[in-house]
Amino acid sequence: MTYLGTEQYTLNKNLAQMLKGGVIMDVTTPEEALIAQEAGACAVMALERVPADIRKDGGVARASDPSMIKRIQAAVSIPVMAKVRIGHFVEAQILEALEVDYIDESEVLTPADPSLHIDKTAFKVPFVCGAKNLGEALRRIGEGASMIRTKGEPGTGDVIEAVRHMRMMNSEIRRIQGLAKEELMHAAKELQAPIHLVTYIHEHGALPVVNFAAGGVATPADAAMMMQLGCDGVFVGSGIFKSGDPKKRAAAIVKAVTHYNDPIVLAEVSEDLGEPMVGINVYSIDAQNRMAERGY
Amino acid sequence: MQQRQNLIPPVTIGVLAMQGAFKEHVHLIEALHTEYAPVKAQLVKKVQDLETLDGIILPGGESTTMAKLLHSFNLMEPLKEKIAAGLPTWGTCAGMILLAQTIEGGESPHLGLMDMSVKRNAYGRQVASFKTMAHISQVSQSPIPLVFIRAPYAESWGPQVACLKRIDDKAVALRQGHMLATAFHPELTTATAFHQYFLEMIRGVR
Repeated sequence: MTYLGTEQYTLNKNLAQMLKGGVIMDVTTPEEALIAQEAGACAVMALERVPADIRKDGGVARASDPSMIKRIQAAVSIPVMAKVRIGHFVEAQILEALEVDYIDESEVLTPADPSLHIDKTAFKVPFVCGAKNLGEALRRIGEGASMIRTKGEPGTGDVIEAVRHMRMMNSEIRRIQGLAKEELMHAAKELQAPIHLVTYIHEHGALPVVNFAAGGVATPADAAMMMQLGCDGVFVGSGIFKSGDPKKRAAAIVKAVTHYNDPIVLAEVSEDLGEPMVGINVYSIDAQNRMAERGY
Repeated sequence: MQQRQNLIPPVTIGVLAMQGAFKEHVHLIEALHTEYAPVKAQLVKKVQDLETLDGIILPGGESTTMAKLLHSFNLMEPLKEKIAAGLPTWGTCAGMILLAQTIEGGESPHLGLMDMSVKRNAYGRQVASFKTMAHISQVSQSPIPLVFIRAPYAESWGPQVACLKRIDDKAVALRQGHMLATAFHPELTTATAFHQYFLEMIRGVR
């Protein structure tokens, strides 16, 4: 039996299903984690610096101090996720030892391997990975990821890349669905994706795992837009705790994800949220400094 | 034209859609539909969605998130009144926590309608999630798959409550009249036995 047929993999995909329709928030302290939980987050991502600060500070961004993750685990009852560098399987082993609920193998941190991602089938703990397109999503699932998110462009508050990635994924899924069976191997070659997963897309018209939006979501409208594009839920990184009124904005984004199809509710929750995070236009960032380009 | 005599009245089952795995329940509810015994699912996001329901499922997800949203959208009290007045209700995992009168660890109860005390994340974190096959005589002749994801269980319950199933001595399926609670997730499997059982509760057969 392949890893993707195992019970553990199914249980890991099942936890992602429980997070659907929810908002996963980046937090750097137990206090922020409690604010996120109180605002209705369905999980928190524990990290030392939010992407906006990582971008500003430069240097090498690594997995967080275990003591900080433990304090956040002790503070909240909702699932706690944490990030490792792309390809850094030992950082992942450490997070598994801490029993985090999900590991994000993330382009927000500095990649640790020049060509490989982590072999996620070697772990019991589930992984979420970023993707810009269908091929990347299927390669990550092939490596054992049980949840996918758009990469977007983290730490910018500019939603355009998340939209690009989600639209690209939807369009490629529709294209694969419409192909003849004998064209699938050629499509797998073009996508650089495992054939059994391309066949799955052809048959089901959807990814075999939950797909969240991430990277640049800063407002309730951004979150609802990603949901209307077909995302199952939303990650918000710097968008909350880099804004003027984190509590209010966090609660508003949670409500917007539940009622993403109801413009009247969206108008109500978008009122008086104070200053959003200071945005950076994605196109003002040199290609080499864009996090979405990290990963293989 | 002659009226069909054997048509069973149609049933609408609501699925609370604040957050979590509500679509999975919708799919299994729709699988129960037949021409002569119509069943349909209705997502519940607003007070008016409660009006036409014959039963409601409180799905898996995060109970704190759902409770927060129930308050935000003024659904908590109307939902509580409906259930207290006899609306057949089934809570899975987070839904079981919403129904419980007591939550271990001092968290205040949410709907607080079922006379039981539950422990959240009782088995531990995600690495402790598991699946097992079990036989529940009231629900199905054959064993059914039970999926536990960061699951709770009931530590104690009152005399009105019947425990339908224990796994390793932990109470994971309980019923109090028109209210059903399961720590596991039948909606994550293709087995419809539990949904069929709830449908029969709604129809008054069980």
